Amino acid sequence: MDLSSRVYTGVSKVVGPLIVIEGVEGIGYGEIAEISLPGGETRIGQVLETTTTRALVQVFRGTRDLDTEGTKVRFRGEPMKISLSAEMLGRTFDGSAQPIDGGGPVIPECIRDIYGSPINPSAREHPRNSIETGISSIDGMNTLVRGQKLPIFSGAGLPHNLLASQIARQAKVTGQAEKFAVVFAAMGITYEESAFFIREFEESGALERAVLFLNLADDPAIERIITPRLALTTAEFLAFDKGMHVLVVLTDLTNYCEALREIAAAREEVPGRRGYPGYIYTDLASLYERAGRIRGREGSITQIPILTMPDDDITHPVPDLTGYITEGQIVLSRELHRKGIYPPVDVLPCLSRLMQGGIGEGRTRADHAEVKNQLYSAYARGIRLKSLVAVMGEEGLTPLDKVYLRFCDRYESDFIRQASYEDRSFEDTLNLAWDLLSLLPRSELKRISKEYIDSYYHGVEGGECKGP
Amino acid sequence: MKKNETMVGDDKRDAMNSKSRDGTVIRVTGPVVEAEGMAGSRMYESVRVGKAGLIGEIIILEGDRATIQVYEETTGLVPGEPVIRTYLPLSVELGPGLVGTMYDGIQRPLEEILRRTGDMIERGSSAPALDRTKKYRFYPLAKEGDEVHEGDRLGCVRESVSVNHFIMVPPGMSGTLMSLAKKGEYVVTDTIAVIMSGSEKTPITMIQRWPVRSPRPVRERLDPVEPLITGQRIIDTLFPLARGGTAAIPGPFGSGKTVVQQQLAKWVNADIIIYIGCGERGNEMADVLEQFPTLKDPRTGHALSSRMVLIANTSNMPVAAREASVYTGITLAEYYRDMGYHVALMADSTSRWAEAMREISGRLEEMPGEEGYPAYLSSRLADFYERAGRVSLLGSGGHEGSISVIGAVSPPGGDFSEPVTQNTLRIVKVFWALDADLAYQRHFPAINWLMSYSLYGNMAGQWWEEHVGPDFIRMIQEMMEILQRENELEEIIRLVGPETLPESDRLLLLKAEIIRESYLMQYAFDEFDTYTGPKKQYRMLKSIFSFFERAERALDSGVTVSNIRTLSLIELFARMGSSSPEEEDELFQAIARDMESMKNLKGAF
Ligand SMILES: Nc1ncnc2c1ncn2[C@@H]1O[C@H](COP(=O)(O)OP(=O)(O)OP(=O)(O)O)[C@@H](O)[C@H]1O
Ligand SMILES: [Mg+2]
Repeated sequence: MDLSSRVYTGVSKVVGPLIVIEGVEGIGYGEIAEISLPGGETRIGQVLETTTTRALVQVFRGTRDLDTEGTKVRFRGEPMKISLSAEMLGRTFDGSAQPIDGGGPVIPECIRDIYGSPINPSAREHPRNSIETGISSIDGMNTLVRGQKLPIFSGAGLPHNLLASQIARQAKVTGQAEKFAVVFAAMGITYEESAFFIREFEESGALERAVLFLNLADDPAIERIITPRLALTTAEFLAFDKGMHVLVVLTDLTNYCEALREIAAAREEVPGRRGYPGYIYTDLASLYERAGRIRGREGSITQIPILTMPDDDITHPVPDLTGYITEGQIVLSRELHRKGIYPPVDVLPCLSRLMQGGIGEGRTRADHAEVKNQLYSAYARGIRLKSLVAVMGEEGLTPLDKVYLRFCDRYESDFIRQASYEDRSFEDTLNLAWDLLSLLPRSELKRISKEYIDSYYHGVEGGECKGP
Repeated sequence: MKKNETMVGDDKRDAMNSKSRDGTVIRVTGPVVEAEGMAGSRMYESVRVGKAGLIGEIIILEGDRATIQVYEETTGLVPGEPVIRTYLPLSVELGPGLVGTMYDGIQRPLEEILRRTGDMIERGSSAPALDRTKKYRFYPLAKEGDEVHEGDRLGCVRESVSVNHFIMVPPGMSGTLMSLAKKGEYVVTDTIAVIMSGSEKTPITMIQRWPVRSPRPVRERLDPVEPLITGQRIIDTLFPLARGGTAAIPGPFGSGKTVVQQQLAKWVNADIIIYIGCGERGNEMADVLEQFPTLKDPRTGHALSSRMVLIANTSNMPVAAREASVYTGITLAEYYRDMGYHVALMADSTSRWAEAMREISGRLEEMPGEEGYPAYLSSRLADFYERAGRVSLLGSGGHEGSISVIGAVSPPGGDFSEPVTQNTLRIVKVFWALDADLAYQRHFPAINWLMSYSLYGNMAGQWWEEHVGPDFIRMIQEMMEILQRENELEEIIRLVGPETLPESDRLLLLKAEIIRESYLMQYAFDEFDTYTGPKKQYRMLKSIFSFFERAERALDSGVTVSNIRTLSLIELFARMGSSSPEEEDELFQAIARDMESMKNLKGAF
């Protein structure tokens, strides 16, 4: 193809992050455009719509300083790609995959389309290897599994970064020493937050096995659309070509969705809920569904996306649509945080959908599923009673109710609460659970089989509230 | 014969390639493509777009311009590339080889695509929906010279260990059977019959093609007469579904829609299961693929996968194909119904289908209705659920078949007032409302007993009394009353606390607790709790209700509810569901013994 014929001078319209180029010919949908500013700077864009004579392009690093006359646009004739190599481990890139660590460019082993192609559902292997994160509220209640996508739903000012880095540091699959890597994609987080992660990775020795893509708060917003895709394409390469178990941390998805909303507004699309475009579910799915395992391949991609819920509202479109796609969620609670409990995991709305296949005999422990169910029902009852007590005090409660209240407090202070460097084994977590369940009368353990009660229960037969 | 009628899949692509173009692409925006030079094309005609031959469908015609929704990723498509017509509406292939297969939304067989193009689905991948090389043993069921009509059975092949697949005269055709294949081995494309109608001879193979958006014809629609037994206690007793009925199961994320759908797929007493994963998770489909072949169907003893078709168009697969997946699924369901089978179809989730409509509609810049959904949302939903039902079939056998449809709905923010939930509720007869609070407490299935309903309750109640045991209707009514009363009492407790309640109310709370925790709650992952047959459900109910009666008598004689609570039977009730058939008798006897001992309870110690 004659490349010079694909260079156009002058754009006819600039709206927000979008530009329109008229008089073009043969431009492919989704192809990459290089936009050269009169001052010499070059920015990358992508074709969002193409007709026989006109192309609409979104410009990733924004349209500031662009002019309609002197700007040159060259179409590359191919979609956005990234150069990949195992040498990327230990390197830091900006949100468009340009090195920012002073090292040279990546010498590619291969070059891939960052949008990838969907994994054929029949190629997937259902994930079953549980990951021990050392955190009771996760391991005991919502076990993470290799190949899972499990987001953290947080709020401004809650310690999601601390929790994510504790997971990244402590995550292990028992009895296996395998190749692992961390891929970290920052979208619009502050310099401080990103420095925190880098320091954490450094201290735990994970940095040399990590690839970092950083689009920070003062970087162009539209670039956030490609940053996670660069990260996930890298993760797929490391997992499925190099056989590594890759943990991908994406933060903050709320900023990512803002960028999508900005494009939609500039295109004057019909807005869906709260101004987000109608295709946001499909768009988010194209990120989250890139987690998983593939039959007959060594590696895996486990995703921990982090998002801050505007107003702590779990029904806001970003957490809502995320929850509909991911395999569960870890929800942080402002109330527990205020009580000084770390990690402030609000276990009731949490879920790990892949837990079932990853726990039990030969994986964690035979009683795990039933213990979890019993803890859930007891804690839910305790919480319900707490809201009663808040209104009318403890007087009106039955003795059994009071036992549940005590259970509830101990559960939060002993089970949920742990130090940010405390690493509990599955065994520790489950034993701790039995210590708490033993506060309840044996007859209350309706969700646990007799054989497990016989082996693990060590409370008083009738519990603490025998008699009227 | 119509043009191209017998050319399918690969054969067709080859034929297409020989022709260079009908129209030309002039605009591309995501899955929506505009083309000119398309004069003469028909609405909903299937077309091939661009050099890669992407599969698409015409959704707007205006002059010689056509707007096409494309079922594959359009990245790299350039205005100027060709569009080729197929002269056929978007259709599926119907014939032996469907069961046990997983297809995408436009019926591409995913396992075969995997073999051909690797772990990722590449653009332009294709493979015939039905295996062209597999031989089936054909048994003729008619004879040469017979006058045959649409729907008549010409023969039968064994499609899988569980399914006898009837080869039928296609809808709209009748005449004299000129020839019929003898018993023997044939592939699906072999001519197995020739029908003469007037002076026209039509060869019949084992494949029928059918446009997915048109319902297949039936003789007559009938009312449902029996419940579809699901083995899920709250469903079968309180909110039953009928054979040939429709149900919706809305709920926020993580409330248990998929688990309920999978439970139904595993356990309902239908002959054929069509499971549509519409815009949902890849790992869930992998789970079904791994689990179902190992699950023994309780009725036939064979693997469940031998009578199931899976349609998987996950959330990251092209959105237009997601829109089509629901139609593909219901068309397959109709085809098996036409053989006289009871088919159950699960669509998880119909909201993703509605959103696919919205996405396409948005790209077309149509006038949006409520929350951006197109104005035709409600009619599309109605058309889909209308294809369910119990029917008497075309053809001379006087056969009957049914399709039961269960659609999951995923309302944004769990808010049931949104358009998809509301429009669905106007159509379906059963509503299983999932409740986030119940799910948070791990009370599963998290079906809210105060919000849910079934319009098949009377019909099912009578069936239970006739087929399972007397007194069923009374127990169910009482159960609902207890649950409603509990709800009222909870309001009171919130104000004054539980200590002030009279003994009669405390007993009611105990009853409600037993109903909730020992009957309605059912753990899908327990070997035995996962399914409770009608006999055991009835036995559980009987045992619970005879306890209720004795407890009332005890209360009258001055025994307190806290005394009653010390009985071991309360704990035993909670183990009824998970008891194995071997333990069951012993457990119910222990409960009965404990009830006897209630006579000895004295007033406060
Ligand atoms: N009957 C049940 N028994 C035991 N666990 C259940 C049951 N129903 C649901 N669950 C639990 O709830 C989790 C979520 O259920 P499910 O995946 O069906 O939710 P969903 O409503 O389909 O969510 P989404 O809309 O996000 O797909 C399951 O992974 C399982 O742990
Ligand atoms: Mg689901």
